[in-house]
Amino acid sequence: MKKIPSLQVTQNNESFNVILQGTWVKESIQKLEPALSALTCKPNTHYTFDLSGISEFDTHGIMLILHYVKKFEAQQCSINKVGANESLEKLLTICEQHYPQEKIVEKKEIFLLSYLENVGKDMFQGYKTLSSFFSFTGELTHYVIAAFLKPLNIRLKATLYHIEQSGAGALPIILLTSFLIGIVIAYQGATQLEKFGANIFIVEMVTISAVRELAPLLTAIVVAGRSSSAYTAQIGVMKITDEVDAMSAMGFSPWNFLVLPRLFALILSLPLLVFFADVVSVFGGMVIASTKLDVSFVEFIDRIKQTVALKHLIIGLIKAPIFGCIIATIGCFRGFQIDSSTESVGKYTTISVVNAIFWVIAIDAIISVLLTELGL
Amino acid sequence: MKNHVMIEARDIVTRFGKHVIHDGVSFKIHKGEIFGLLGGSGSGKTTLLREMIMLQKTSAGAMLVLGTNVMTTSSKMAQKLRQKWGVLFQFGALFTSLTILENVAVAMKEYTNLPDWLIEESALMKLSMVGLPPKVANMYPSELSGGMKKRAGLARALALDPKLLFLDEPTSGLDPQSARAFDELIVTLRDTLGITVVMVTHDKDTIANVLDRFVILGNKKVQFEGTMDVLKQTTDNELKKFLS
Repeated sequence: MKKIPSLQVTQNNESFNVILQGTWVKESIQKLEPALSALTCKPNTHYTFDLSGISEFDTHGIMLILHYVKKFEAQQCSINKVGANESLEKLLTICEQHYPQEKIVEKKEIFLLSYLENVGKDMFQGYKTLSSFFSFTGELTHYVIAAFLKPLNIRLKATLYHIEQSGAGALPIILLTSFLIGIVIAYQGATQLEKFGANIFIVEMVTISAVRELAPLLTAIVVAGRSSSAYTAQIGVMKITDEVDAMSAMGFSPWNFLVLPRLFALILSLPLLVFFADVVSVFGGMVIASTKLDVSFVEFIDRIKQTVALKHLIIGLIKAPIFGCIIATIGCFRGFQIDSSTESVGKYTTISVVNAIFWVIAIDAIISVLLTELGL
Repeated sequence: MKNHVMIEARDIVTRFGKHVIHDGVSFKIHKGEIFGLLGGSGSGKTTLLREMIMLQKTSAGAMLVLGTNVMTTSSKMAQKLRQKWGVLFQFGALFTSLTILENVAVAMKEYTNLPDWLIEESALMKLSMVGLPPKVANMYPSELSGGMKKRAGLARALALDPKLLFLDEPTSGLDPQSARAFDELIVTLRDTLGITVVMVTHDKDTIANVLDRFVILGNKKVQFEGTMDVLKQTTDNELKKFLS
């Protein structure tokens, strides 16, 4: 039997004899397809497909034959298939039985229309997300109040666990970045202040900018990057594996078990982290002040006591729990948005981090302007 | 050709840390057979299946699939081997970011040079063959029920017309009627495409009606290898549990 796949056509008046030979498998289709597509069919002609020479076949080869058989039949040719051995006949019958009736037609897209459609979809999606975020925060408030009314229901162990993970775990990187930020401010300030001989003002410059704005902001951004993504992914995967549903069904409220511990953990640990960041960034400034501007550590600390008001520190520390609240809320909210596809884990984790960082900065800007206008 | 050995396990030993799963498991699977891996929970049926498809390494022994030892083969040979088998995982394991049609078509797109229209027609035909209506083609796995996911998983496993088909609990989670239809489908596929089927199963109807031969794993070893007729003669109480 011939191994090489081939196709021969002989003509006999109004009828054609198509002889198929060799291996009709997926590897040989590229070679066979042009030969088959060269066959043209006039109405009312008769075709006989002789399958007796086929030595090997698979569903792809059969689908190729069937495709043309169906095409010719649609053009009112009569088709006859002969010579198939038993197993080929069997598979042929199955394939023919399951031959797709209709093609999946792709919608033709007109650019402007699809653009408008996408804009509309995005707007509606945005509206839906906003309204579900409001309902999330509303429900969260309800459960926070409920937790305060019955403090025994607060999951202390889970809260401590998240303080350890999101708070203590973030300490090294926060200390390092704050130290570097202290150095950067002092270094840039030093070159400018030296020109005026106003060396001692480095103290106010470093201390106020670090303690009031930069340390809290930086801490919040680092925690947003670490924890908001973690919260989203954790809750999202729990949703995919039906753990959240299992909890609800067993009467463990996901709010009490998943959301509140994370929220309380960040609200509690962020002020502590910010305080560490304050100390270390001011220390970074002191190091530069003493090496570049001859302002000794003692002078630096004396000057802080004299000229830097305590309110700056307090303002910085008050912002911290607000940031913590934003980060935890966004992290958990996006986690619950994850549906059953693995792709959405990546999508919402990214969105969660971007949202958290954006809102931290936005709220910081609002507070900054507000307090300065109030004269604080 | 009837006795052509497709898979041979020789003295397989599997250990997870100190925990021994298999201790000298051997059997042969012949061409065109529907072969069952049976045994109680934790007897290492699925582990054995995973070892055949190179998802897990054995600690000792040789696993020959289509004459190649999958433990020692080169990555190039392994890649060739992977195109000769199809695997249906227990819960379908469909790619959630692709539609059902794309799930079935992805292997054909990647490994063959078939024209796009033929890939689409073949994929649709395979979906219909496993009993899925055409309207699911453009749906995503998350929109399908468990049984439908399983069918779609089977269609994906059949995409490249494999010589070997591995099924991990194909009928679990299906209603009895669908389970029997699934059994019939597997027999038909074997009869028409000449596929050799290896399945892990608990389903007593499947064991009685579909399997040609099977092994029963237990106590880290093969407790029984053979056909249903031979098993019926047994006096062992542990083995009698597998008789329906």
